[in-house]
Amino acid sequence: MKGMYTIGRQREEPVLEHEYDAVIVGAGGAGLYAALEASRSVKTAVVSKLYPMRSHTGAAQGGIGAALGNVEEDSPEWHAFDTVKGGDYLVDQQAAGILADDAVRAVYDLENRGLPFSRTPEGRIDQRRFGGHTREFGEAAVRRSCYAADRTGHMILQTLYQQCIKNDVSFFDEFQVVEAIVDSGRCHGVVAVELATGEVHVFKAKAVLFATGGFGRMYRITSNAYANTGDGPAVLARAGVPLEDMEFFQFHPTGIRGMGILITEGVRGEGGILRNSRGERFMETYAPTLLDLAPRDMVARAMLTEIREGRGIRGDRRIDDYLHLDATHLGKETIQAKLPDIAEFCRTYMAIDPADKPIPVQPTAHYAMGGIPTDIDGRVATDEIVYEGLYAAGECACVSVHGANRLGTNSLVDLVVFGRRAGRHIAAYARKADSPRVPADAADRTRERLDRLTTGGGGKKGSGKTGSGRKGGSRRGEAPGPIYEQMQAVMMSAVGVYRTAEEMEKGIEEVRALRDRQRAVRIQDENRAFNTALLEILELEHLLDLSLVTAASALHRTESRGAHSREDYPERDDKRWLKHTLAWLEGDEVRMGEKKVDIRQFEPKPRKY
Amino acid sequence: MTMTETINIKRFNPEGGAEPFWQEYRTEVEPTDRVLDALMDIKRNQDGSLGFRKSCAHGVCGSDAMVINGTERLACKTLIKDVVTDGSTTITVEPLRHMAVQRDLMIDQSTFFARYRSVKPFLIPADAEADAQDAGAGEIIQSQEERVRFDDATKCILCSACFSACPVLDENPDFLGPAAIVQGARFVFDSRDQGLKPRMDALNDPNGVWPCENHFQCTRVCPRGIKVTKLINLTKREIKK
Repeated sequence: MKGMYTIGRQREEPVLEHEYDAVIVGAGGAGLYAALEASRSVKTAVVSKLYPMRSHTGAAQGGIGAALGNVEEDSPEWHAFDTVKGGDYLVDQQAAGILADDAVRAVYDLENRGLPFSRTPEGRIDQRRFGGHTREFGEAAVRRSCYAADRTGHMILQTLYQQCIKNDVSFFDEFQVVEAIVDSGRCHGVVAVELATGEVHVFKAKAVLFATGGFGRMYRITSNAYANTGDGPAVLARAGVPLEDMEFFQFHPTGIRGMGILITEGVRGEGGILRNSRGERFMETYAPTLLDLAPRDMVARAMLTEIREGRGIRGDRRIDDYLHLDATHLGKETIQAKLPDIAEFCRTYMAIDPADKPIPVQPTAHYAMGGIPTDIDGRVATDEIVYEGLYAAGECACVSVHGANRLGTNSLVDLVVFGRRAGRHIAAYARKADSPRVPADAADRTRERLDRLTTGGGGKKGSGKTGSGRKGGSRRGEAPGPIYEQMQAVMMSAVGVYRTAEEMEKGIEEVRALRDRQRAVRIQDENRAFNTALLEILELEHLLDLSLVTAASALHRTESRGAHSREDYPERDDKRWLKHTLAWLEGDEVRMGEKKVDIRQFEPKPRKY
Repeated sequence: MTMTETINIKRFNPEGGAEPFWQEYRTEVEPTDRVLDALMDIKRNQDGSLGFRKSCAHGVCGSDAMVINGTERLACKTLIKDVVTDGSTTITVEPLRHMAVQRDLMIDQSTFFARYRSVKPFLIPADAEADAQDAGAGEIIQSQEERVRFDDATKCILCSACFSACPVLDENPDFLGPAAIVQGARFVFDSRDQGLKPRMDALNDPNGVWPCENHFQCTRVCPRGIKVTKLINLTKREIKK
């Protein structure tokens, strides 16, 4: 269509500097909720590298956990206990209490704003079972997960975005934050690249909230979107902020074999069963009470043990072997009503109908329990310092409400509870704080970085080319593909479900070598408008940084706890390790520190289900 | 069973020249790979300048809608074996229609989003006094039958495949478009909402629901399987009441 190709759109002098009271980086559940809250009273802008409705919150399936007690008796105290035990006692317990208490209000609030929950026959929000959620402090599974078919995350994201439209929240869509302006313990704003033009923008702000989500793309098999590259944690690590508990990365038991596409725990919540090559319900051996609804780290380990002992479906003992998730006994009607999306994934990608055949599944890199350290109001903080004007919420933050392992349905509730708390605190803070102080050359470092990536080391355009993108593309420096593949492969094997010092040490060396190689990558696209190659190189840098920090943190913690399982240190060691780790990225080195755990209510006990 | 496929992509670089051009790439793929996997292989290993949007890679975020072998599809939900038939080894990929091309397969969705916003796509509570903020007093009761009534419309991921496929937009670019109507219908038929009344201006406009001529292309291409035409007709009927 001729008219659809226009060039030379004249722009007036572009505005490259912006000032707000609050800048929210990331437009998923936590960012949007924080924006809704903050924008009520202070001048707020959301800066997101994706259009908000593309955020990864939309992929969440199973449900949002809240002790409404609509289907059976429940209490927030049981929910808090389950969260603490589920996190293998590394959870900060005041935060868990807040999560559980506030969850009830948050779910009603979402529903009142229009979220289309599935309903009980009485017309109330329906709830179902989910891994690790119990009544009476572990007596039996409880129906706590409030759900909207198997697309709860999609509904939450849509509802929150709709509310942002209703409340006229300001958005800078497809602006990618690449630097945080942090000086003497205070954040004054961020630097971002505008995808449409390649221009570098400075956002001055009294307060900045990072809500950039997870970083599963460090791993080869992941449920995470391509966009989940940990931009918030990486950008702050470069600004000298430590990252907390990075060794704890959750592998979800049931991703589609080879693809990472998530099959919700909700299948097991509705009665689905994991089986090995002999058709056995092997979870009977590993978690006699909760069986297939044991916490995810335990199920993932059980699956790997079955695989390593030759009872995977292929039986070759290789770590990429798989098992079966059997939902055939649920019946077509239940699957269609309660699990329609996963049925479609199975049909589309595997040509399988889950009502007829078991689903091939394997542990899949899914969720980062660690991230930017915060207090219960979302302020970035260690035991020594509370940063001013700097906040984090959602998956990229570590409150820590998930400790060493997250329970299913607790992430969606984390987003809305702590996203809201951060939004409120930001608003109160911004009303009193003085203006940000941003140096005039704040954008220079980023501009130099972009220039180096485009032109450094290879000279000008290749011979005879009239513009990038013509046949052949001009290759100068290395392409990012092999670096991605090698990083993801080494992380999967060295810092996966089971870890040893030897493998992790090798992994760290390999990641260091990859970071060196990455410095030689050059963009094969010199045009400024819509230069996705440029932004993806920056994302690769972030992933490599976070890979190094993750591997170093994992090597440092010499015990097994939650999702961090070491074959050389198989026991939990509360005496030495009942504490959070902190990791500072300093050049090619990672310096380790610690942060106290709040264990005010529930005494740490052995974790059995 | 790896095979070599040719992917023929319609490209455009606003800074490189006034005209779009076709470029062929060859990739090694499995039949069960997604078209998106092939595009990512090209971008990461052959030609980083190829521009396209993507994120979730499994059909829920709506980023990678494009025209593949002549039909609007999500690249991440389209397997190579779905589009390689009759021994052909070439897959043709073009940007969506009815929206200005920004770069290669990236299109300007600002008009599409503006149409979406125009239908007031947010809950306007039926009980006007119920303040949505910090209510927390409990859920609005909604029966299972009431919930089913608007279920289909909640599935929309705003990918704009329908907007691209609709023949009405060829002649009348001011038509509200299928997705915006679906998003309006989602609230019109939600028992908790005031429904049609606050959205009458947008939907009953001459360029609102009325230009729809039941071509069914929207329904055919919707990657979420939404019965779009049916929802448009239900909305028309609701207006006429």
